[in-house]
Parts: sequence; C-alpha cells; structure tokens
Amino acid sequence: MLTLAHLCKSYNSTRHILSDINFHLDAGEYVAIMGESGMGKSTLLNLMAGLETPDSGSIVIDGHNLAEMNDDQATQLRREKMGFVFQAFHVLPHLSVAQNVSLPLLLNGVSKQQARAETASILAAVGLADRAQSRPRELSGGETQRVAIARALVHRPRLLLADEPTGNLDPESADNVMRLLHGQIKQSGTTCVLVTHSTRAAATADRVLLLTTQGLIPRTLRA
Amino acid sequence: MMQNTALAFTFLLGEFRAHGKRAAIGVIAIAVGVAMGYAVHLINYAASNEFSQAVRSLMGNADLTVRGTRMGFSEQTYPLLATLPEVAVASPVVEIDAHIPQENEALKIIGIDYFRALTVQPNMLGRLAEENTDPSLGAFHADALFLSPAALTWLQLKTGDKLSVRVGMEIRQLHIAGTVPAAGAGQRIGVMDIAAAQWRFDRLGLIQRIDLKLRPGVNLAAFKNKLATLLPAGVAAITPVDSEKRAANLSRAYRVNLNVLALVALFTGGFLVFSTQVLSVVQRRSQLALLRVLGLTRASLVRWILAEGAVIGALGAAIGLLLGYTIAAAVLDYSGADLGGGYFAGVRPTVHFDAWAALIFFALGLGAALLGSLIPALETARTQPSRALKAGDEEIALQRLRSPLPALTLIFIGGALCFAGPVNELPIPGYIAIALLLIGSIALMPRLAHTVFSRLPTPWQSAPYLAITQLQGASGKASIGLSGILASFSLMAAMAIMVTSFRVSVDEWLGNMLPAQLYMRAAASGDTAYFSANDQLAILNTAGIARAEFLRTLHITLDPLRPAVSLIARPIDVANPAARLPFIGAVLPSAAENLTQPITVWASEAAADLHGLTVGKQFILPIGTQLQPVIVGGIWRDYARQHGAIVINLADYRRLTGDERVTEVGMWLNAGETATQAINNLRAVLHNNTSLDIAEPGEVRSASLKIFDRSFTVTYLLEAVAIIVGLFGIAASFGGQALARAREFGMLRHIGVTRRQIGMMLALEGALLTTLGVVAGLLLGWVIALILVRVVNPQSFHWSMNMHMPWGLLSAVALTLILTAAMTAVLSGRSAMSAQAVRAVRDDW
Repeated sequence: MLTLAHLCKSYNSTRHILSDINFHLDAGEYVAIMGESGMGKSTLLNLMAGLETPDSGSIVIDGHNLAEMNDDQATQLRREKMGFVFQAFHVLPHLSVAQNVSLPLLLNGVSKQQARAETASILAAVGLADRAQSRPRELSGGETQRVAIARALVHRPRLLLADEPTGNLDPESADNVMRLLHGQIKQSGTTCVLVTHSTRAAATADRVLLLTTQGLIPRTLRA
Repeated sequence: MMQNTALAFTFLLGEFRAHGKRAAIGVIAIAVGVAMGYAVHLINYAASNEFSQAVRSLMGNADLTVRGTRMGFSEQTYPLLATLPEVAVASPVVEIDAHIPQENEALKIIGIDYFRALTVQPNMLGRLAEENTDPSLGAFHADALFLSPAALTWLQLKTGDKLSVRVGMEIRQLHIAGTVPAAGAGQRIGVMDIAAAQWRFDRLGLIQRIDLKLRPGVNLAAFKNKLATLLPAGVAAITPVDSEKRAANLSRAYRVNLNVLALVALFTGGFLVFSTQVLSVVQRRSQLALLRVLGLTRASLVRWILAEGAVIGALGAAIGLLLGYTIAAAVLDYSGADLGGGYFAGVRPTVHFDAWAALIFFALGLGAALLGSLIPALETARTQPSRALKAGDEEIALQRLRSPLPALTLIFIGGALCFAGPVNELPIPGYIAIALLLIGSIALMPRLAHTVFSRLPTPWQSAPYLAITQLQGASGKASIGLSGILASFSLMAAMAIMVTSFRVSVDEWLGNMLPAQLYMRAAASGDTAYFSANDQLAILNTAGIARAEFLRTLHITLDPLRPAVSLIARPIDVANPAARLPFIGAVLPSAAENLTQPITVWASEAAADLHGLTVGKQFILPIGTQLQPVIVGGIWRDYARQHGAIVINLADYRRLTGDERVTEVGMWLNAGETATQAINNLRAVLHNNTSLDIAEPGEVRSASLKIFDRSFTVTYLLEAVAIIVGLFGIAASFGGQALARAREFGMLRHIGVTRRQIGMMLALEGALLTTLGVVAGLLLGWVIALILVRVVNPQSFHWSMNMHMPWGLLSAVALTLILTAAMTAVLSGRSAMSAQAVRAVRDDW
C-alpha cells in the first residue's frame, strides 16, 4: 500500500531532516511512528501526503509514485485516497459539524443526497449524530477531534495520516478518540500512519516505529 | 507601572515587527489624508491671504471706504464728503479692469489723486524711473502709468515701454513712467493720475471709490450711519474689515468645499486603520486574552491597542504634514494658487508654514487613527478572556457589530440634518449628514452582509460552496472588507453623480442661454472694452447679419458686505421671458410697464438666495445714478455667476441710465451665410479688430465645458486619492484575512483542495463581497449625491441642478472594482497557499 525508499529531505541544504528512510506498509496495516521532537515525523507525514517533495528517494502509494506527480495530481490523490487527522483538529469554525464532515465528499464529486447520507452515517458512528448542526465552538476538544476523524474517514480513504491526534486532549478523551480511530480504521480496512509522542496512543497500533537519525527502527512498547 | 510600560512597549514593537506592512499601510493612509488636507489648506490660505493683503494694500490707511458700482458714481460726491467735519482726508479713486490685447486677464489700474494718496494710500504711489528724462512722462501726464513689479514681469515690459489697452473698440497707448515699488508681492497693478485715468478710459465725471481718513475721536459707527443718509443711490460706506470679509466671501464656499473634500481622504485613511486594527486584534484575540489571564487590566489593554493606533496616527500625521507642505510649495511654485475654481487665477503667493493648522491636521490624523482603534480596543477589553482563548471565537467578537440600532440612529440623524439650513452660510449640517450617513451605513454592513449572504444558495461545487459558506459563516470578518468597498465606491459614485448632474445641467443650460448663431464679446477680460452705439449700428448693418441682440453686463452692489452682483441688460420679451431665461418655478405674468410701476427684473438663483429675493418681491435696484424700484418676475438658473445676477430688459436699462454701450452681442445670420464669412465681415466693420472674441455657440459651449472640467480637476484628484486609499484598505483587509486563514488553506490543501480551487474560492468571495459593496455603495452614493445636489451645492454656490446618472462610468468602475477585488483576494491568498501555509496546520488556531 505505502512504500518509502531511500527518502531524504533537508531544509536549506544545511539542515538534514530525513536521510535514507525506507519503509513499507501493507493495506489495512496501522503503524505508529514515534520519535523525539525535531526528528522529522511531521515532515515525513507531509512527504507521504505529497505536500512536500523529497530531495531524493521515492514514495509509492497504492501504485502511484508521488515523485512523478505534479501538484494537481498529488492533490487529486490526497483527495481520493487519503484522510488526515491533526493535533489541532482544524475544523472550519464557520461551518457546522455536518458541513465540515461532508467536505471530502463535496471535493470528490459525491452527490449532495449521498453526501448527506454518508455524513449522517459517519457522525452516528463517531457518536455525534445529535451534534450535526452544531458549530465547532460549541463542542469539547474530544468531540471536535471526533468530527475531524469523521471528516478524515467519510470518503473511505485508503490511507489515513494522523499527526498527534491526542496531543490537545485530556487522557480520558485521548483514550476515547484512539479507541474510536482504531475501531473505524479496522472496520473500514484503512491503512493508517499515526505520528505521536504518546505511548498510550501508539499502543493502539499494529506496530510501532521509532524515527531516529539512523532511520525508522521497530520499537516494542512495554505493556 | 514602569514594568507595565516596558511590557506595553515590547508588545507594540512586537506587533509592528510581526506585521510591519500592515502598520505601514495605516501610516501611509493617514499620511496621504493629512497631506491632502494640509496642502489644500496651505494653498487656499496663501491665496486668500494674498488676496486680503491686496485688498488692504489697495485701501491703504483708510478708516472707511465709500464704494459704488463698478460703473462708478458721480465725482460730485467727493467734495461733499471731503468737506465733512469728521473727515481728515478724502481720497477719490477710479478703478479700472483694463483689457490688454492678447492677454486673458485684465490689468487693474487705479486712478488716484497723488496728493491725497500720500496720506491715505501711500503704497499706491508710483516712483518715476530714474533714467526717465522725458518731461512729458511726468506722473501727471495723461498717458503716464506706473506698474507694480509683478505687473511688469507678467506683461514682460520695462519702464519707458508702451502698454496697449483697449477702450471701447479703440486701442490706446499708455507710457510706463515708473514702478509702484510698495505694491504687494505678486500684486499686478497699475497706477495713474485720477484725471488722466478718467479721461483715457472714457470715464469723465465718474469715480468708483472714495477712501476716507477720519479725524481722531470720530465715532466710526455713528459716522457710517450719517454717511448713509448723504450718499447717492447704490453707494455705501464700508470698513476695511468688511472689505476684507467681502473679498474672502468671494471664494469662501469653494475653499471650504475643497477642504472638506480633501478630508475625505483622511476619513478613508482612518477607516483603513479601523479595518486593519479590527483584523489585527481579532487575529491576536487569544494572545490578548492570555495577557488578560496573566493579569493585564481591561484599561491597560485598551491603552495598549490605542497606543498602536496613536503610533500609526502620529507617524502618519507627521509624514503627512511634511508631504502636505512640500505639495503646497510645489503647486504654488509651478502653477500658482488657483486650484481650478478660477478665484485665484494669476495669484502666485509663496507657502508659509501655518503652525496652528499643522497642529489641527496633526490632531485630525492622530484622531482618525485613534478612532479607528477605539472600537476594536473596547471590544477586545469587553470580551471574557476564557471565551477569547477558545478557537473559533473570532466571529462571535464580530457578531456584536451586527446590531443595527447604532447604525440606524446615525442614519436617522443624518437624514434629519439634510433638512437643516446652512450655518454661517456654509452647508455644515449637510456635511455632517453625509458623514453620519456614511458611518451609519458602514456600521450597518455586518447586518447587511449577514442578511444577504445567509440567503444565498450554496451550490454543491467545491469553490462556490467553500466561498459562500465562508461568507455565510464569517460575515462579520467579510463585512470589514465590505465596509472598505462601500466607503470607497459610495464616495466615488456620489462625486461622479454630482459632477455628471452638474455637467449635464450646465450643458443644457448653455443650450438654453445660447440661442443665437454667433456670439461676440468686446473683450475676453476687463471692463474697458465695449461696443458703442455706432458700433452696434455697424454690426446690425454688417453683411450676412440678419438680426442681433445686444447685451450689457456690469456689476452693482446690493449689499456692501457681499460680493457685487452682475446686472445683465438684454432684450427680454416681457410676454415670454422664458424664451431667453431658464426659469425655475413660477414666472410673474407680464404687466404693462409704465414709469410709475416697478419694472420687472429676473433674479438668478444665487441672487435670490443671497439677497432674499422671491418671485413678486419688490426691492430697490441701484442702477446708474438712481435707486429704481423693481419687482422680481422670476428666478432663473445661472451657473456662470456664483454671486448672483439680475437681468433687466435692455430698453429699461437704457431708459434708466442713458448708457448705450454694450459688451456682448448675439447674432442670427442670413440664410446661406457661413459663420466664417460673417466673422470676417464683422472684423472688417469693427476697425479690423483681430482681438474681438467671436465664437459660434458650439465653441462657447465647448470652451465653457472645458473650464468646467478644469475646475473639477482638483476634485477628481482628491477623489482619486480617497479611492486609492480606500482600495488600499480593501487590499489590507483581504490581505489580513488571508493571513488569518492560512491554516484553513493548509487544511483544505491537505484534504485535496487544489491551489486553483482555493484561488477560485477567494476570487468568488472577493467578487461576491465587492458586488454587495458596490450595490450598497451605489445606493449610498446616490443618497450622498442627492445631498450634494440638493443641499450642499445650493447652500454653497446657490445653484440647483437635475440629477443625472453616469451609468457608463459607474458600471465601468464597479466592474473594475469587482475584478480588482477578486484579483486582490487571489493575490492575498497566494502567499497563504505556499508550502509554509501547509505546515501552518501544525500551529494552534
């Protein structure tokens, strides 16, 4: 599903962020990437999303080599095959919960009626059916992140990229969100890359990798 | 306290460092506004000061001036006054505006009695040229003329040269015997012996003025009252102060209007500061809330935000003053003091730093910026920090602006003020009404934006959906940009509608006033050229001329404290006066005229307004040497004479004055006769006079409209500056919003929105917002134009006009504005769509 080969990335030719990263992820696999701050976890996520271009190496997603794509093609790929969950939620404050969730469906050309049905379905799945018309400011942090998860999964992406999804939540909400995320991706068969500092969040993944200067190395979490 | 100040300083510095461009735009906007206002003030101040000095210089040391019409009054009055016990010295004066062939402006020639002038007008005394050895060129010689240095420079002459002047249809030569060294700088003036002036200019027995120096201890007011009973018809005594006031009144309304117009740029500058400050504090909402949580008081927070505005205002005002002074100096140096109105043509004073005005304009610049910061400062301080710390609260902050009550109150007061009369003869309530309507309408924009955008359908297509939901959900932020568009477009539309209404009305009026096929003036300037009875006969007998109507224009004084009124004597069919005059309102039915009844005259709108004349009202008209009872037969529209004109039938005028001279002729040609042939025939008949001003109606019309357009050049310029400042405001508003939405764009890029789609979304937002702003601006502009046309213009210049909409111009500007706004929105968003913006999703909201 996702293959990273000899991936290198630096900024201003002096600051080497990633060097020779190799990594493969099977379809439906859920992996957590941990690492110290500044190691390039988010950069790695952006590279996987095609939002940044690597200095060298390749990223192949579902048979598509990101390096060979232009910006529009990468955007199209993201739109159809990827979902995103951010630490700071990033839901649009001027849209209702339902409107926020239905955005990927709108972008993928799904009809309004179908989008309405699918939005209602995913909101029910994340436990927010009764908050569909609420504005984000009326929700708690945990609820807002559930909206973000619903938005990330509503169009059934092949790959979900989650960047510190529990970073802004209290432990209880964080557990609830991770439980929900895990349940949803396993149910839909979505491949997921989770970048996190939290061992509790990482523990929900099938496997955990540690990003170091030597590259991605497997890590076992203690129970 | 010290720590608090240091913290405030750090806070301020940090904000300016972070958003230097935004602060710079605010500073520039205030600077431009202050510069325009200060420059216009300095130019007008220098010009009117020069004018006053000239008046003072002409009046010399006189305690009182006895003045009649431009035609003059009998010199028999002089011995009558000179022998009064209260009078120490009486100095008779002849005033002539001499037409100089080939020159567009007349030369003012003063005829004085040198011996009397020694005491009363010492500045007017000429000095004989040292090299002058010709005894016939003594000061008392009939042809001896002394010219001021400015007049010599203007006419490119030197002492000993000859100067040609036109008297009637004749050219007469005067010898330049010396100079008038004490004349004011820039004052173009000639001085002659009074008897010589009367003789050479065919004014024997007539004088225009007697300047009086009173004996010590004479009560001026009592003596003035005594004189009123002694003076002949149409002659009045005025003090030097009144004379200066009268001179200042000539251009007062024009100057005030120009100053107000110049302040429009400052208003849009202040508004720009408001919109950038609102966006700035909305963006920093959580930072400011954090400071409140950390212990900063509400008052301190207000002071900090106001301090930002004060720094912008002070810097802008200081730069504006420097810029304004430089602009004023450059304009006075290169083109003189006339800003297009024609009031100060030929006046070339130098600029002087006016400290009081500088202080006032500095305060206005500072005040505009402080006012622009006050609302956002108060709103921020009022917000609960806990709420402000939460993401997405920005729109709630702006929702408070949706309350329509303050806006409607301002609009209501503005509307009511439109019905108030002028204050001190200036349309002050009208100006305040415009300001209140503008501010009220701007304050109404959040409500309007919410009402309109919430009713828009949301098409299920990416860019339109995102754009419209953004406008619906964040109408508060949108309305800030909208207000900028409203302010700029409404002011532009108002000026365009007013100027077009004026221009079309002038054009229609010219059509009405120019019924003949050919027009001829004795001279383009001055009051010395005229057509004598013989000339008139010759014109009537000229080959190709079928018919001619003769017209005599002169000036009379209805009120010594007001500028002179034009008296136009022309043939009027009393049975149908509307055939020659464009009346407004009722016209008195013709009555059989006889000498025992008051004769009918027709007053222009300005004459009616300024002198309280109404249809059917009887008043005393000083004409010739008598006071003639007249009745107002109708009020007619006149755009040529701002201080009023009264039309009298030429036959009545001749019967009352015995004056057969005329100054203008309208002619109808024989069938088949061309205008060129007729002009050649006329020149041949009138002594081969090549300097006669002969034109077809089309030429007069086109020349008049050219003068009209020139007089509005500065208006257009000031308006353009205000619009440019307004456009900067729109750009700053879009820029600020795009910056604030960088994370939104980042998120959208993540979920698969292309750059093009974001561009389309922004373009659509900009276009929809601008369209609403333009529609609202057009409506507001029309209302402001209505006030300008129906209130400000009649109260300032005493003329009315019909409303005409420049649809072509308005559509073109609206379309340009919509496209520009769409492009500006896209450009503003471009930087926010960069890779950095994508990384922005990692930041907190």
